[in-house]
Amino acid sequence: MAFLTDRKRAMGWGSAKAGTEHFWSMKKSSVALLILIPFFVFTFGAALGGTYEEILAYYSRPFPAIVAALTIVVGFKHFNDGFQTLVEDYVHGTMEKVLILLMTCVSYGAAGVGLFAIARLAL
Amino acid sequence: MVQFTLPKNSTVRTGKTWPKPQGANNIRKFQIYRWNPDDGENPRVDTYWVDMDSCGPMVLDALIKIKTEIDPTLTFRRSCREGICGSCAMNIDGINTLACIYGLDEIKGDIKIYPLPHMPVVKDLIPDLTHFYAQHASIMPWLETKTNRPAKEWRQSIEDRKKLDGLYECVMCASCSTSCPSYWWNGDRYLGPAALLHAYRWIIDSRDEATGERLDELEDPFKLYRCHTIMNCARTCPKGLNPALAIAEIKKMMVDRAV
Repeated sequence: MAFLTDRKRAMGWGSAKAGTEHFWSMKKSSVALLILIPFFVFTFGAALGGTYEEILAYYSRPFPAIVAALTIVVGFKHFNDGFQTLVEDYVHGTMEKVLILLMTCVSYGAAGVGLFAIARLAL
Repeated sequence: MVQFTLPKNSTVRTGKTWPKPQGANNIRKFQIYRWNPDDGENPRVDTYWVDMDSCGPMVLDALIKIKTEIDPTLTFRRSCREGICGSCAMNIDGINTLACIYGLDEIKGDIKIYPLPHMPVVKDLIPDLTHFYAQHASIMPWLETKTNRPAKEWRQSIEDRKKLDGLYECVMCASCSTSCPSYWWNGDRYLGPAALLHAYRWIIDSRDEATGERLDELEDPFKLYRCHTIMNCARTCPKGLNPALAIAEIKKMMVDRAV
């Protein structure tokens, strides 16, 4: 047991002078997704059930391809930020850092794969 | 890692059932959490029966009656008996509130009383609020000024004074902080709704000259940003205040000064 005063325990290491950027970033991606998701649902829904050639032709058009690409990028950015919040809530210490690192790799990796797939279809 | 289950020595067992008052026609059942640090036993829930015809209208009246007439070992804090001191905060019928202003008629069925959740217990219904008070002290709950002290008072317009309404009434009972899941999991670092409400009270005080320093101190992923707008604090506050709104205002100020 450490002989810390109550005040010392409450102050901890002081303020990290961080957090606002993460908070604001999540707000921005939330608003972006609010706009993107309906567009994505309608464009993706319109293409759903089509043949390979029809899908290729559909995603060769700029609007569906850009909407899909933006949704994937912003969606995984938002997911990654949200997951970081979740981990910070429940997991502490080394495992916290490892999980955040892992999920960042997974999120950016998934976004990269999605972008590549859209590019293959569109170009 | 967050612990979701109680340790073995904290699991609550069934305790003693006290006899019903003789000759009483209007009785109610009280189930009250008991724990004595000196006997080495697990916590238990004791059952009491109270004659409502000779009991006051509030939960605190019943607790005082139980302590006076049935079981003098029952331990709880109380002082003002009118919702001003915040001493008698406890979990009544699943809600953190003040026993002195919570009416027995507001509760249907048996009356279940526990200490404020997720805090170390000193004894029975008394939580250890040491860290909670230290967190409150850490936000500097006083007027900070750099300008030389005026000859009379620090002046404040009526409009600016009105901004403190809904904030200054907080009695630091800890009902809000101990109802907040974020405070349960990260209470060591997250300041919690009560301390943040008080922080906001001083941030928006037009007379205070340490606004920037106050915001600097709060800008932290844990001290401030563990609030996820769960709103338990606003639901449970026995004074009808809205700490979640105060926290949201702090976050808005953080963004406004950065963007």
